[in-house]
Amino acid sequence: MPDATGLELIAQRVRESVGDEAVTDTVFSRGRATLDVAPQSVHAVIAYLRDEDQEPWERLMSVHGVDYLPAEPRLGVHYELLSMARTDRLNVRTRVGVEDPRLPTVVDLHPTANFQEREIYDMFGVVFEGHPDMRRILMPEDYEGYPQRRDFPMGGEPVIYTYNEPELPRWYD
Amino acid sequence: MEVTRTRVDGDSLRVRQLKAQQMLRGELEGEDLEREVEQRLLFTKFEEAQNWARKNALFPLGFGLACCAIEMITVIGSPRNDLSRFGAEVIRFSPRQADLLILSGRVSVKMAPIIRRLYEQMLEPKWVIAMGACSSSAGMFNNYAVVQGADKFLPVDIYVPGCPPRPEALIYGIMKLQDQIMGDPAMGWRERYRAEGTEERPDRTGVA
Amino acid sequence: MTDLDQPGTMTEPLSVPYRERERSVTMEPIGEEHDELLTINIGPHHPATHGVLRLLTTLEGEIVRDVKPIIGYVHTGIEKSCEDQQYWKVIPFVERMDYLSYYFNAMAFCMAVERLLDEEVPPRAQWLRVIHLELNRIASHLFWIATGSLDIGAITMLWWGCRDRDLALDLFEMSGGQRFHTRYFQVGGVVEDIPPGFEAQTRKFIETMRTRIPQYLSLLDRNEIWLQRTKGTGIVPLETLLELGVTGPLLRAAGHPWDLRKAMPDSGYENFEFKVPVGTVGDNYDRFRVRVEEMLESLKIIEQALDGLPEGPYITDNRKIALPPRHELATSMEALIHHFKLVTEGFRVPPGESYAAVESPRGELGCYVLADGSAKPARVHVRDPSFVNLQALPEMARDHLLADFIACVAMLDPILGGVDR
Repeated sequence: MPDATGLELIAQRVRESVGDEAVTDTVFSRGRATLDVAPQSVHAVIAYLRDEDQEPWERLMSVHGVDYLPAEPRLGVHYELLSMARTDRLNVRTRVGVEDPRLPTVVDLHPTANFQEREIYDMFGVVFEGHPDMRRILMPEDYEGYPQRRDFPMGGEPVIYTYNEPELPRWYD
Repeated sequence: MEVTRTRVDGDSLRVRQLKAQQMLRGELEGEDLEREVEQRLLFTKFEEAQNWARKNALFPLGFGLACCAIEMITVIGSPRNDLSRFGAEVIRFSPRQADLLILSGRVSVKMAPIIRRLYEQMLEPKWVIAMGACSSSAGMFNNYAVVQGADKFLPVDIYVPGCPPRPEALIYGIMKLQDQIMGDPAMGWRERYRAEGTEERPDRTGVA
Repeated sequence: MTDLDQPGTMTEPLSVPYRERERSVTMEPIGEEHDELLTINIGPHHPATHGVLRLLTTLEGEIVRDVKPIIGYVHTGIEKSCEDQQYWKVIPFVERMDYLSYYFNAMAFCMAVERLLDEEVPPRAQWLRVIHLELNRIASHLFWIATGSLDIGAITMLWWGCRDRDLALDLFEMSGGQRFHTRYFQVGGVVEDIPPGFEAQTRKFIETMRTRIPQYLSLLDRNEIWLQRTKGTGIVPLETLLELGVTGPLLRAAGHPWDLRKAMPDSGYENFEFKVPVGTVGDNYDRFRVRVEEMLESLKIIEQALDGLPEGPYITDNRKIALPPRHELATSMEALIHHFKLVTEGFRVPPGESYAAVESPRGELGCYVLADGSAKPARVHVRDPSFVNLQALPEMARDHLLADFIACVAMLDPILGGVDR
C-alpha cells in the first residue's frame, strides 16, 4: 500500500492531469489507501493511473460493489488496482445514488472487468455505459430486483419454532 | 493353526453338475428330487427377484452441483470408499440410461428447472437421493437464491444429512435405498421398538 | 439402356483420355469449407466434472470458433447471507464458495477481519495456518489432476488422485474434525491446536507423496497421447492473460512469475524457502507441469513448517475476539462474560473496509469486508480466481478442436462454487 503521503501525491497528480473535480477524497486507514473519485471521471482516472509513467497501476484485480445504506449516495463501486512491479495495491472508489446508477465502463482499459461489471449490474443495478454485454450473469435473465442491495429481503423460508408453528403453512396444507 | 475344510453335502463338483442336469431333464424321482430341490433351488416371488436385481445394479446419473459432488466423486472414485462394491459404479451421464439421481449440492433457483427436466427424462423406475443438507432442506442457505429443499419440486426417496456427508454416510444412504427397493424400508427398528403404525408410506416395491 | 463398354457413347468426359481428365481437376475446395456455424450448448449438465457450467459453443465443423460461458447455476447468495451472520459465523459460509480450497477462503476472510481489528496472529497459529493451507493446496491439485485426467481420458489418475487425496483429508479430520469445510481458521488464529500424532502422520504423508508424484508423472508425462493432447493447445499470449486479470498457475505457466506468497507474503510465508514453478509456452502441458511442481514445493513448505513450528498459543489472547479456553470458565467471571458476549452477540468490528488476498490453488483469492461497527459485516465480497480466469476460456479455446477445448477446460480448473458464489 502506498502510505498516506504517497496517496496524497497520487491524488495530486490525478487532479493535475484529469481535473480538479475528479478526486473528491483520499482515505488512508489501516494500511489501505483509497482514492475517492467522482462517478463520471472514473474512466479517465483509471486510464491515467494505468498509463502514467511515474507509478503506473497496470492491473485491475477486482471490481466490486457495495451498498452503503444508510449513508448516501448509496451504491459504491470499488476498483482494486495492483502494480506487479512494485507489489502495491491501490483502491479507487466511486459512489452513485440509487436513482441514477450509471457509471462509465473500464472494459476497454481492463478486459478483466467484463464479468465483474456484469455481476455488479446483476447484484446492485449499476449500469455501466459502454459495456458490450450488459445483462444478468448470476441470476436468471428475467429476474426482477437487485439482490445484494441492503433493502432487498433475504428470502428463503421462515424457520419453524414452536411459537410460530401454528401460523406457518406446512407442506401438507 | 490347522484349518480343515469339510464340504457340507459331500459331493464333488462333477457329481453336482450331473445331478443338476438330471433334474432339469426331469430324470430325478421321489426322494432324490426332494433332496435336490431343498439343497439347490431358491423360491421367490418375481417382484422380489426383480427388486433384487434392481437394487444391486443401480446406475447413478453423473450429476454434481457443489461441494457434495466432491464427496460423491470420492465415493465413486476413491479406492477406500468404493461404490462398485454395491453395484453402483457405472455412472451414466445420459439421463435415459440412469436410474438414480444423486442431488449432490445446493439447488439454486436457476438450476431447478433443469434438474426437473433431467428427472423427467429419466425412465421409470427411478430414485432420487438428496445428498447433503443443501439439497435436503437448503442447509445453511436460507436466502433468495437457493430452493429450500429439493423436495419442493422432486419426489425424494432418501435424505442424507451432512455438510458434506462423509462417504460412508452416502454409502449408508444408498444401502438404505437398496433396502427400500427390496420393499423393506424399516430395517428392523420397528420390530425392535414395537412401533407398528408409524409407517409414512406403504411398502414400496421398487416403482417410484 | 447405356452401353458402358463403348467409350464415347454415354457422355463426353469418357472420350477424353484419363491423364487429361486428371489434370483438369483441382484439389482446392469450392467456397468455404463449412459454411455454417453451429451453436450448441455444452452443459449445464455434462460429463466434465467441473460443476454446472454452461458453455454456449459456436462450432464450425469440429473447430470451436467462439465460446460464451453462462454461469449462475450454483448461485447461492452467500455474500448476501453473510450480511446476516456474526463474523465468526461467516467463516462457514465463505468456506463454501471455492469448495475445493476451503481453507483459503477462510484465510482471506480472517485476514481481512484481522486487518480491520488490528489484530496480531500468534506465530504458532501462523505456521499452523501455513501447514493447513499447503495441505489444502496439495489436496486441491490432486483433485484437479484426478478429474482433469478423467476429462482428457487418462482414467487411472482418477483413482490415484482420489486415493491420495483421502490421505490429506485424513489429516484434516485429525486436526479439524471434518474432512471438508472444517471451520478450522478463526479470526485471530486457529480454533484448536493440532493433536499429538498429527506431525508424524503428516511426515508420513509427505514421504508417501514424494513417491507417488513421480508415479503420476511416469503415467502421464511420458504418455504420447497425453503429450499430444496437451502440448501446443490452449496457448494464450501473456499480455492477454494479464489484461484479463488471470492469476495463479495459468499465469505462471505462461511465464510470468507472479505468486502472492512471494510477492506480498503474509502470515509467515516469508520464513519458508520454496521455489515458484514457471512455465515457458503457456499451453496446457505447461499448466499441468506447473501444478504438479507446485505440489512438490508445497511438500517442502510443510516440511519446513513442521520442523520449525514454534510453541505458543494457537489463537490470539484477546478475549474480546477469541473464545476463552474452557477451563477458565469455571474460575473466572470475566471469561464467562466474554464467552457469553462472544457466543450470543459476537465481537464488534470498528467501521472500515479492508481487502486481503491470498494465493489459492487457482489464483488470487481476495476478500473485501465492510464493517459498520456492529457484530455483523455490512458487505463481504470475495474476488474469486475462477470467476476471473473463466474470462480467458474463449481466448484459450478459439480455433481449437472440440477435444482440445475440453482439455482447455480441464486445465483451466474452474470451480463453479467460486464462480457463482
